[in-house]
Amino acid sequence: MNFNFILKEMKNQQLYNYILTIADNSLILAQRLGELCGHGPNLETDIALTNISLDLLGQTRSYYQYAAKISGENKTEDDIAFLRIEREYKNCLLVEQPNTHFGYTIARQFLFDVYHLMLMEKLQNSPDETLAAIAKKGIKEVSYHKRFSSDWVKRLGDGTEESKAKMQEAIDDLWRYTDELFFMTEAEKEMTKEGIGINISAFKEKYYEEVSEILKEATLTIPENKYFTKGGKEGVHSEHMGYLLADLQYMQRTYPNMTW
Amino acid sequence: MLVENLNIETHLIPVLKTVSDPEIPVLSVLDLGVIREAVEENGIVHIKLTPTYSGCPAMDVIGDDLKKAFSEIGKKAEVELILSPAWSTDWISEEGLQKMEKYGIARPLSESNDKDVLLGDKKLVKCPQCGSTNTHLVSQFGSTACKAIFKCDDCQEPFDYFKCLK
Repeated sequence: MNFNFILKEMKNQQLYNYILTIADNSLILAQRLGELCGHGPNLETDIALTNISLDLLGQTRSYYQYAAKISGENKTEDDIAFLRIEREYKNCLLVEQPNTHFGYTIARQFLFDVYHLMLMEKLQNSPDETLAAIAKKGIKEVSYHKRFSSDWVKRLGDGTEESKAKMQEAIDDLWRYTDELFFMTEAEKEMTKEGIGINISAFKEKYYEEVSEILKEATLTIPENKYFTKGGKEGVHSEHMGYLLADLQYMQRTYPNMTW
Repeated sequence: MLVENLNIETHLIPVLKTVSDPEIPVLSVLDLGVIREAVEENGIVHIKLTPTYSGCPAMDVIGDDLKKAFSEIGKKAEVELILSPAWSTDWISEEGLQKMEKYGIARPLSESNDKDVLLGDKKLVKCPQCGSTNTHLVSQFGSTACKAIFKCDDCQEPFDYFKCLK
């Protein structure tokens, strides 16, 4: 094994990790939204949430297929989705938070969508052709998600006394997870240096500006809480993650290699 | 976009025409514009297929159907899924749009008109049942990722609208 070979392997490993950093957010959020299939507050929102889930899952599959290809091992997209342990998932804490009530589902979606769209807009220009293609495709879907979630933030925030209180409660509670979106892991730093990855910390300010603008329009109060929590992107997840993975992985763990 | 601009070999077209979108069975994969290339080399048909939406579950089925359709005439087909360039509703053929309307799905509007109707402030979507544009949006999301739900305020029929995607 020569030095160049080892170097190439290391770069591939970082790219692999980088892809998962982006893809795991989509997988875990898709799983959360999928829980609401048949349980949405009404037919239209039920369909909307599961449609969003499906878009995210589709994006996840494209990322995982790419990751499987470069992994150098005999992996498939399903192995990556179903057979990792909790510490190996690199999603942020925000997306794993439970559905709680419709206000939380919408707040989580909204806080993620604004970030997600900004990321896709940058990623579509990445010199990595596969990542750029996934982002270009995803951008059309994500902008539709954002339209849906921000509409609901406004409708509930500027709605009845009760809907406003619930929306505010959800935004206040989930606010602490927003800072992590801009935390750069080793893989992200490395890939940004390579020119492939996106320097997400650069659009943090723009993110809070845009979120605040919509919250204002929704007549909601912008949280002043400066206490933020992070860990998910480095595999240290909240107490909710284990239950989510138990649901997600159950079939593959119980009946290994099953297909339909 | 016309089939002539794509690298689709003429002798393969009759077979491709028999494969339809499982969600909108009146549309063939050619009408829908999801076939980006079809060439035969050394007896094997190579097809490049692009999804309408990332998570479209019809893609796996379409891939299998394509292989089946070619195997029925004794040919082996290999299907490759490509993401770039991303699919657009502009790629649905005029014939496809007409079939779609006849089937009961309103055709996609232009990009700016699409925004106007989906934000709910303009009445532009034509009811596929009675032709009236006195319609309103019921849900931004519909039975499949590519559609939204509308209702006609004249004939009172609910219907699907194929969202503009560019």
